Amino acid sequence: MEWSVMLRELAEGMLTSVEIFTLTLLFSLPLGLLVAFGRMSKNFLLRNIIKIYISIMRGTPLMLQLMVVYFGPYYIFGIRLPQSYRFTAVIISFVINYAAYFAEIYRAGIESIPLGQYEAAKVLGYSNAQTFVRIILPQVIKRILPPVTNEVITLIKDTSLAFVIAVSEMFTQARAIASAQRSVAPYVAAGIFYYIFNYVVAAVMEWFEKKMSYFR
Amino acid sequence: MKYLEIRNLRKSFGNLTVIKDISLTVEEGQVVAIIGPSGSGKSTLLRCATMLETMDAGELIYLGEYAVRTGPDGKAVYASPKDLKRIQRYYSLVFQDFNLFPHFSVIKNVTDALITIQKMSKEEALAIGRDLLRKMSLSDKENAYPYQLSGGQQQRVSIARALALSPKVLFFDEPTSALDPELTGEILKVIRDLAAERMTMVIVTHEMSFARDVADHVIFMDGGVIVEEGPPEAVINNPQNERTQAFLSRFER
Ligand SMILES: Nc1ncnc2c1ncn2[C@@H]1O[C@H](COP(=O)(O)OP(=O)(O)O)[C@@H](O)[C@H]1O
Ligand SMILES: [Mg+2]
Repeated sequence: MEWSVMLRELAEGMLTSVEIFTLTLLFSLPLGLLVAFGRMSKNFLLRNIIKIYISIMRGTPLMLQLMVVYFGPYYIFGIRLPQSYRFTAVIISFVINYAAYFAEIYRAGIESIPLGQYEAAKVLGYSNAQTFVRIILPQVIKRILPPVTNEVITLIKDTSLAFVIAVSEMFTQARAIASAQRSVAPYVAAGIFYYIFNYVVAAVMEWFEKKMSYFR
Repeated sequence: MKYLEIRNLRKSFGNLTVIKDISLTVEEGQVVAIIGPSGSGKSTLLRCATMLETMDAGELIYLGEYAVRTGPDGKAVYASPKDLKRIQRYYSLVFQDFNLFPHFSVIKNVTDALITIQKMSKEEALAIGRDLLRKMSLSDKENAYPYQLSGGQQQRVSIARALALSPKVLFFDEPTSALDPELTGEILKVIRDLAAERMTMVIVTHEMSFARDVADHVIFMDGGVIVEEGPPEAVINNPQNERTQAFLSRFER
């Protein structure tokens, strides 16, 4: 195989990895906030259902969750889904997994804001929604940036788990080429890709943290 | 005119009755100081008056408008949310630990409520905010953030923030207790200036000489009741009740 072909196949894998990464964040970051609200709800049933959901998501391997989401529809319900469901299954399982992690980070962040902030806002006449959006949320975002950065970096590496259901992301491609070529070069290329991806994401998050450093 | 009237306020936390039966009236322009040992219920009284806590029984009236009345079963009944929202604009509260919004600049802390809640134009709110900051000698801190200020400066910003909404009654809960002793003077001076402008205020304080100078009426609380009240010369200089005497003897006069 030519270098150019190998690079093109790796590039396709890279694109898929970036797609998984982007779509997962796009859906799980906001979904996590809803889950966090459910986790803090006054409703006993809702609160506990969410608690169990979070504990399952955090207590079982993502790879296993991915397989359940992918094979579940057929083995449990006998539904045959098209080939394209592979990618959808990856996004679904990643989103529900990461939403659980983000929810716990959000919750810790929200609960760390002193009660006095709510009370000051209330006395000044802010509504509950205004208080959350204008007063609480900006402070929460600042506080959760470091743990969110950790999760986002973990996600980059987790995208390689999609190989278990043969979604052709970076690692899947590298593995295929490596065995066909009897060479570790594709792995090295994949490693470099993940490293640069991490580096860029870390730089973006650092920039964001700096942007939020105008207050304490 | 009666700006604030509290009648037979009662408040419990679980089995602990913190406010037993307190009634008080604050007239327009009056300065009321509340003194008493720690745990006597002073903060709870202020928090009930500012609706940060829900009272169990009694009545709460601002400028003749009922925020809370006594229902047929003797329990407190709150007015509709719409009415409460209007009544809430009659008062504001200055906290012991300021509770400034750390992500807002000084001027934004003072003007944000005007702009977001009262829908005032930015220019108008800015003019009011700058005016108040000048009054608090903080004009040069307009664009600073709370963490860059001393405790005394932060408390002055929080007073400006409370004044921006032009409350009829301003409550203070130990406004100097979180400050280093050398910084209390600047806050007490601001409150004295407000008293000179006939701002109606209710102040919980441990500064006895300040209470004596600034207040028209002093209330001594202990164990959730008013033990003694009257003009400062009477309550602070010449207390009649034993508990008041014991409490005041701990302060140098
Ligand atoms: N949210 C609360 N839950 C339970 N007990 C409380 C609460 N707030 C105050 N208390 C109790 O009420 C009593 C009076 O407190 P507080 O009003 O803060 O007194 P003070 O301001 O005079 O020091 C104290 O015994 C305190 O522990
Ligand atoms: Mg107190």
